[in-house]
Amino acid sequence: MTPSYGSKAWRFMKGAMLRNLPLMITCRQFEDFLLDYVEGSLPAGQRRVFEFHIKICRECRDYLAAYREATKLGKQSFDDPAAPLPDDVPEDLITAVLEARRSTPEP
Amino acid sequence: MAEQGVLQEERTLSETPSEEEELVAGLRAGSDAHATRFVRANAGWMRAVAFRLVRDDGLADDCVQEALIKALRNIGKFEGRSKLTTWLHRITVNEALMKLRNRKRLQEDLIDPLLPDFDENACRIEAPWTKRSTAEEILSQAEQREVVLSKIRDLPESYRIVLMLRDIEELDTAEVAEALGISEGNVKVRLHRARAALKKLLEPLLRGDAL
Ligand SMILES: [Zn+2]
Repeated sequence: MTPSYGSKAWRFMKGAMLRNLPLMITCRQFEDFLLDYVEGSLPAGQRRVFEFHIKICRECRDYLAAYREATKLGKQSFDDPAAPLPDDVPEDLITAVLEARRSTPEP
Repeated sequence: MAEQGVLQEERTLSETPSEEEELVAGLRAGSDAHATRFVRANAGWMRAVAFRLVRDDGLADDCVQEALIKALRNIGKFEGRSKLTTWLHRITVNEALMKLRNRKRLQEDLIDPLLPDFDENACRIEAPWTKRSTAEEILSQAEQREVVLSKIRDLPESYRIVLMLRDIEELDTAEVAEALGISEGNVKVRLHRARAALKKLLEPLLRGDAL
């Protein structure tokens, strides 16, 4: 009999398969490789093993896609086309910098 | 407070190479007019950089003031191998990091609750995704942008700083390691954990649920 998808028995079998079959890694090992994979710095052999895990593991596939989108969302949240260029620098800050410069002898 | 991507600022404000050489020559000669032009052209975007890191208007102003004074004093050391704005960016980031170190030590914050979940078989626990909103869809609503920014602010400090320096200020791993005085391996571990934590914090938005 086949245990139902996602059940305790199914997870046990998945874990045993990932741990023991050649060219397979566990989801925890996948996590350790993840940054190097998305930064493109994983050597070819390890990349193939990593990409095979993406094919066979729904959880890590979903996770990786969400991780990438969250990273992109974080980066893009700082690029606000509606935000004006910061021009509200206090005048006394500018004055203080220029005065500090005048009062400093050339080294 | 305007939040501008640093690349955008550099594109908007950097001078063409010959203008930059003329400006640097003027600064080295001690010209007041050049110094005024230099300060006015750069203080604004430097303040945005400092504010992103220290998240306090007064501290950000202090960073900019000290960074500009340092830059003017050390203009003789600017070698012209990078752009003037890149050099100023590094000085500003270093001032901001110094402020953060003075305010409180970058302690090892608890990030464990925000890290991914695994069961006892080393299998990942991840609820199925029926649909996933894109960054563009989410940011098309102004109030969602504020939510994302506030989630980044919620990250534990020692992870937030690494995420900001790598993903937003676009320093490379070696530069972040040097700026924070930690190993490159440590930078990578912290960056990955920060992104993983951010994924968890942003999950309701990405799944299209109400926050
Ligand atoms: Zn997996």
